[in-house]
Amino acid sequence: MSKSPAVAPPVAPPPSLWRLFLGFLMMGATSLGGGVIAYLRTGLVTRYRWLDDATFVELMAISQSLPGLNATNMSILAGDRLRGWPGALVAALGMCLPGASIMTAAAFAYGIGGDDPVSKAFLHAIAAGAVGLITVVLVQLGAKMLTEIADYVFVALTAVLVALFHVPVPYALIGVGALAIWWHRPRSTGPHKATDPQPNDPAS
Amino acid sequence: MKQLIDLATVFGYISLLTVGGGMAAFPELKQLTVDTYHWVTFPELMHYYSLGQLAPGPNMMMVASIGAQVAGLPGAAVVLVAFILPTGLLTFGIGRLWNRLANWPWRASIQRGLGSVSVGLVLAGGIVLARGALTDLMMIALAAGVFALLMLTKINPAIPIVASGLVGLAAYMI
Repeated sequence: MSKSPAVAPPVAPPPSLWRLFLGFLMMGATSLGGGVIAYLRTGLVTRYRWLDDATFVELMAISQSLPGLNATNMSILAGDRLRGWPGALVAALGMCLPGASIMTAAAFAYGIGGDDPVSKAFLHAIAAGAVGLITVVLVQLGAKMLTEIADYVFVALTAVLVALFHVPVPYALIGVGALAIWWHRPRSTGPHKATDPQPNDPAS
Repeated sequence: MKQLIDLATVFGYISLLTVGGGMAAFPELKQLTVDTYHWVTFPELMHYYSLGQLAPGPNMMMVASIGAQVAGLPGAAVVLVAFILPTGLLTFGIGRLWNRLANWPWRASIQRGLGSVSVGLVLAGGIVLARGALTDLMMIALAAGVFALLMLTKINPAIPIVASGLVGLAAYMI
């Protein structure tokens, strides 16, 4: 990040556990429409000033490389930075609680009204719209992570194995993953040097 | 009890596959919950996924719906813990370790290598969802419309997503 320290907002002192929980609960309850990461950045960096932008981007790079939902992983990492393991716990709880409660309630509501063809028509069309949203996410992820032709080959190989040949995800993940990591292996002398794929636009 | 253990096993396992986002685990989620255990039908799974789009927070909180449909409140609780706790502990541990690995040359290799594989997994998840959701020309048009709108404008994704639901509703009514 090349942001000058004069422009970057100063970081506030770490919040109490209770304030931390409330902050993440608010972000978990208001982040509608996917893209929770954008809400997290607005909340953590701009609104509460608990993290600076450089730290946020660093934590996001870790979140994306590990299994788990990006928003949950971010909450755990940010909570740990701010308040140690209790902070990680309350941050993840706050992030997940609103959506999880609503979706649990939704299952009971669906049991009552899910066979209704009107709500089926509504939900089916939303799934179609979500395909468009996923395509956007793919384009954005791709622009950030794919830098050479080999990367696109790994993407295609993974997708074809899983979606067309029904290879279980772990085999594809480990198999193609090992191949891709080996391809990007550290080379101390060669011209090709693996660099961190720094996600430069955390708002997307 | 057997059912709760099955739920915990399946969702603990699926959570480990969500590299790059929840969508990466969608093919395996469909395989296990629909084809293997028959907890939900594919349309039901898609409908819960759609509801997850409308709920705040991570979209994949829709796994709680599957748990609730199978085994009520205990089912939802078991699924949530199984889905969040293992990867949460992993992230917590590696998050602390990661800083010490800053100068380890393989760190960048792992990030780049897993980066492309995770995009491939999200793509595979998208294909599986598209097979179920894009059943006629109107659905394809809705997906294309949402894609175009989100690429060209800075609109909140919730708006075109809800709008596509309303279009589906209107088309059904007519």
